[in-house]
Amino acid sequence: MEIVLAIVVGVLYTVGVYLMLRRSILKFIIGLIFMSNATNLLVFLSAGLVPGSPAFVKGEETAAGVMADPLPQALVLTAIVIGLGIVVFTLALKYKFFELTGTDDLDQLKKTDY
Amino acid sequence: MITFVALPILIPFALIISLLVFRSDKLAHRVGIFGSGLLILLSVYLFVLVQQHGVVALQMGGWEAPFGITLVVDYLSALMLVVSSLIIFPIAVYALRFLPGEISPNRFFVFFFGLTMGMNGAFVTGDVFNLFVWFEVMLMSSFVLITMGRKKEQLEGGIKYLALNLIGSMFFLAGVGLLYGITGTLNMAHLATILRDNDQAFLVNTATTLFFMAFGIKAAVFPLYFWLPASYHTPNITITSLFAGLLTKVGVYTFIRFFTLFFVQDQQFWHQLLLVVAGFTMVAGGMAAAAHYETRRILSYHIISQIGYMIMGLGIFTPLAIAGAIFFTMHNMLAKTNTFLVSGMINKARGTFELRDIGGLAKQSPLMAVLFIIPAFALAGVPPISGFFAKFILIKAGIENGNYVITAVAVLTGMLTLYSMIKIWNEAFMKPQPENEYVGKPFQKLRFTEYFPSLFLGAISILMGIFAYYVFGFTMEAGTQLIDPSLYIETVLKGLR
Repeated sequence: MEIVLAIVVGVLYTVGVYLMLRRSILKFIIGLIFMSNATNLLVFLSAGLVPGSPAFVKGEETAAGVMADPLPQALVLTAIVIGLGIVVFTLALKYKFFELTGTDDLDQLKKTDY
Repeated sequence: MITFVALPILIPFALIISLLVFRSDKLAHRVGIFGSGLLILLSVYLFVLVQQHGVVALQMGGWEAPFGITLVVDYLSALMLVVSSLIIFPIAVYALRFLPGEISPNRFFVFFFGLTMGMNGAFVTGDVFNLFVWFEVMLMSSFVLITMGRKKEQLEGGIKYLALNLIGSMFFLAGVGLLYGITGTLNMAHLATILRDNDQAFLVNTATTLFFMAFGIKAAVFPLYFWLPASYHTPNITITSLFAGLLTKVGVYTFIRFFTLFFVQDQQFWHQLLLVVAGFTMVAGGMAAAAHYETRRILSYHIISQIGYMIMGLGIFTPLAIAGAIFFTMHNMLAKTNTFLVSGMINKARGTFELRDIGGLAKQSPLMAVLFIIPAFALAGVPPISGFFAKFILIKAGIENGNYVITAVAVLTGMLTLYSMIKIWNEAFMKPQPENEYVGKPFQKLRFTEYFPSLFLGAISILMGIFAYYVFGFTMEAGTQLIDPSLYIETVLKGLR
């Protein structure tokens, strides 16, 4: 199961990088979403998968290897919330930029650097 | 009082809440100035606390490390807290006169303190994931600040800044994941104990590479700096000065923290890489600064060039070199912010940042000339001011350790620094005012609140040079603490091994 998810992480990163290299700002943002989800999945996988058992067992004592590690799940939860906020801000920024300039082309963004 | 360790985070947070509740613009400036003044007092108190105890650790919520989040203040954190609070205070004063009308002071100070909170959190936290969260707090505030004026180029610069920094954050998070997978902990002190007896350098290096990329983007080192010159000159000068002094230095801080505390495998390779990156950063930034004729762009590239010196100290990796890197970071934060403040004044007097359209300021405003010459001399390394000692310590450490190439590069980059400072001096202050539409504009005398921030920072730069002996003592203490972190580990983990 872990190997399948590892491949999924790889595919998500590939898709993310491909979209980021397109010229459209919107595709860039979608690529960003893919990348951040790939990263979340990577963090989630970092503790290994323990299928069939919950993170916390009520009442009885359980050996550490038997139950799922709750920490990466907590980390991913935090990272998803942060990611959501960032995507919302990015979309708002893109909208504002489109309103002002009417362009979605990253190649047009050459005014501030030379 | 050990609970004071949490206050660098809680005070800005309380100020944000109060600004959000009382939505008054008039009050906002007062809250900003008094709030940041309070932070100076607090950070000085924390520094005294660190001097007494060595390392101070607070376990949040009573959860013992490594299970809970630990806040730790050691010499490095305390020094960074002091210097950053000394920077945000004058900028809060500067905002009185230089914030443009379209930006509401209330909203500005909300995100100003958001940035401060994220930065202070990054300085005091002892947990890697917590550090990630503080980084995000800082980044979100800076995203809002940079796009606050809603001009076309600000949004454009904002998109570039945001895109590259978000990619950096992803590297960071992926690194956190891998690090947890290898060690099963995210507490920095606990990581240090585990990774110091770990010989699986191959696995650790994967995580180290991801962190290197992440911090490299935040600190704007050589091949990863392109977001900085593309965005720093777009927002209002108050916001640019705030960014210039603080943002990249948090990246440098994390570099120093991570590579001294627990990324100690394969030292030869990483230190070599750090030195190569440092050399290219210095030269690339210095050359680009020499090519430009717009004050903010010159100074932005110049930030990059100076980052190289800090990374160089880390790459040499002796207590003296680390002390030099910290000294340099402190000096640079003060002097760099100050040059941006002066360029804002030039802009106010002449209505432009283009050096070609400015001239004759030395005659019209000797005060402004003096205010510029202090940080310019500090950056170029003229003896009585802070920069000389910063460079001297680094170069001495480089020669003692036999890193001759990087030392030569550092000395030569000093020439480039001097060149770009002389360029601003000659063009803006010495040459006669060129014939253009600004020529008829009568020069307005600087008001006290306008030049006070620059005067304040300049005075600290000079004092730091005069009392360099004591400041060097503190940074040396920090350097020794970082090279041998047993006290740090002991204080956080309380004997748990």
